[in-house]
Amino acid sequence: MQTVFERPKALSDVSMHYCPGCTHGIIHRLVAEVLDELNITDKTIGVAPVGCAVLAYNYFECDMAQAAHGRAPAVGTGIKRANPDNIVFTYQGDGDLAAIGTAETVHAAARGENITVIFVNNAIYGMTGGQMAPTTMPGQVTQTSPYGRDVKTAGYPVKVCEMLSTLDGTAYAERVSVDSVKNVKNTKKAIKKAFEYQLAGKGFSIVEVLSTCSTNWGMEPVESLTWLRENMIPYYPLGVYKDKEDSK
Amino acid sequence: MTEKVLMKGNEAIAEAAIMAGCRHFFGYPITPQTEVAAYMSKRMPKIGGTYLQAESEVAAINMVYGASAAGVRAMTSSSSPGISLKSEGLSYLAGSDLPAVLVNIQRGGPGLGGIRPSQADYFQATRSSGHGDFHLIVFAPNTVQEMFDLTIEAFEVADRYRMTAMILGDGMLGQVMEPVDISRSANITLPGKDWALTGTKGSRKKNIVNSLYLEAEELEMLNFKRFEKYAEVEKIARTENYLTDDADVIIVAYGICARVAKNAINEARKNGIKVGLVRPVTLWPFPKKQLESAAEKARAFIVVEMSMGQMIQDVELAIRCSRPVSLCNRTGGMVPTPEAVLAAIENADQAGRS
Repeated sequence: MQTVFERPKALSDVSMHYCPGCTHGIIHRLVAEVLDELNITDKTIGVAPVGCAVLAYNYFECDMAQAAHGRAPAVGTGIKRANPDNIVFTYQGDGDLAAIGTAETVHAAARGENITVIFVNNAIYGMTGGQMAPTTMPGQVTQTSPYGRDVKTAGYPVKVCEMLSTLDGTAYAERVSVDSVKNVKNTKKAIKKAFEYQLAGKGFSIVEVLSTCSTNWGMEPVESLTWLRENMIPYYPLGVYKDKEDSK
Repeated sequence: MTEKVLMKGNEAIAEAAIMAGCRHFFGYPITPQTEVAAYMSKRMPKIGGTYLQAESEVAAINMVYGASAAGVRAMTSSSSPGISLKSEGLSYLAGSDLPAVLVNIQRGGPGLGGIRPSQADYFQATRSSGHGDFHLIVFAPNTVQEMFDLTIEAFEVADRYRMTAMILGDGMLGQVMEPVDISRSANITLPGKDWALTGTKGSRKKNIVNSLYLEAEELEMLNFKRFEKYAEVEKIARTENYLTDDADVIIVAYGICARVAKNAINEARKNGIKVGLVRPVTLWPFPKKQLESAAEKARAFIVVEMSMGQMIQDVELAIRCSRPVSLCNRTGGMVPTPEAVLAAIENADQAGRS
């Protein structure tokens, strides 16, 4: 019998803790497929965040560190500077990367730190139970924006790819989504490119993946994908925001 | 043959770190320790090392976390307000059992305080350097030579016990220039770090550096185990004793205060007062046994420190309050004078006789 589909070798054979309908599992798988295809798992070091993906160290078959909330780019910097021949990636959510870790993210990018950041944006704090995130949409109801995010008092969402693409140290910044088969395929391409840029020593690369949180959005999984498509993508347009290959 | 060079205390720390094989320094400027960073920024690029000026103290300690997790000797240095920012990272280093060296050249506080010498971070260093159950190894040099020697030792014990070792100095020690013998050889052979993140290279299972334990029983067991290690570390507690053999009055002081105290002791001895000094070289582990044995002979203790009275609590605990302990202190960046210490000695001596 011919095997037509199997678990990537870089993905551990364990059950994940993510909620039904959550797209972290898809994104984990895509990262693992890329590690397999580039044949770099045995020289890769991943950095897990604080948040829903805190247990990511259980799911990847490479060396892993777990960082304090928001500090993954600083921890990744230390690892990469100690062992420049290793491939280093961080895997972070929006609360981790765009709130408490904004400084670490911006400055790792500004330094052109030769690491890859996988940024999962689901517009809410997941693990702590659905509070407002820096990326929560205007009007979006969360546990701490019970009347909908009011931009007059809570300010506006942070558009991470747009922000980081202004920095000279950013080599590659692309926003993708996992709401459809086509977009999942594009996400894998983007993740692969981000790792290839690191392998080529081009500098900081980030892939922002628009993702769902069915549990805390209070929606069915399929309804979540539709909500992502109809609400998040117009506000967070998909596409390449920075590509040093394209510029001189 | 000894090779003596004139160096600032802060420079001696930096040079010692380099001699100890540290090639990764992550820092952030703050007075009065900035010479450590400046020295590193000059030397590291020439010896194939990393000097990285982080965007914050928080980032710097987490870069140390990453580098240490990757198996190299790494260091950061700061002064009081910056150390407060590093407390999060210190807790994670402890929770992940990672070795690192941290320098605190203290200034007056609380808050932004001032830039003059202080010892007001004693509690922070020995009691509460971050959240959770853990300790740092804390060395308290009192000469530029010791800043050099103890920094080398800090790297060695950090690796031996997989702990953060802190050099706790003060603004005066950081700035003072003294001749230093830098010929001491350092043990730069790293112990096996089979836990480090270097990539599996296809030859071993993955390593995980982590401090998250969701099962309370498991975390408690790990904390018990860590404190068993700390019980071993207690054996490195040590002091320098000065004229203590016949002393009726014992001064306990560390760092620059110990040097002031020595001047006062020499004066008091001329007046026939039998006074000596017990100087803790390690603040954690605190040299309890050495103080207990001093208490067998002495009538009274004086603690000289540049805080509102922090180490005095450890002294009282160590001697179980069996002798009167008085405090001779300045704070806010002021250094006690030998005259003030001499007056404290005379008072303690008189009180002890009546």
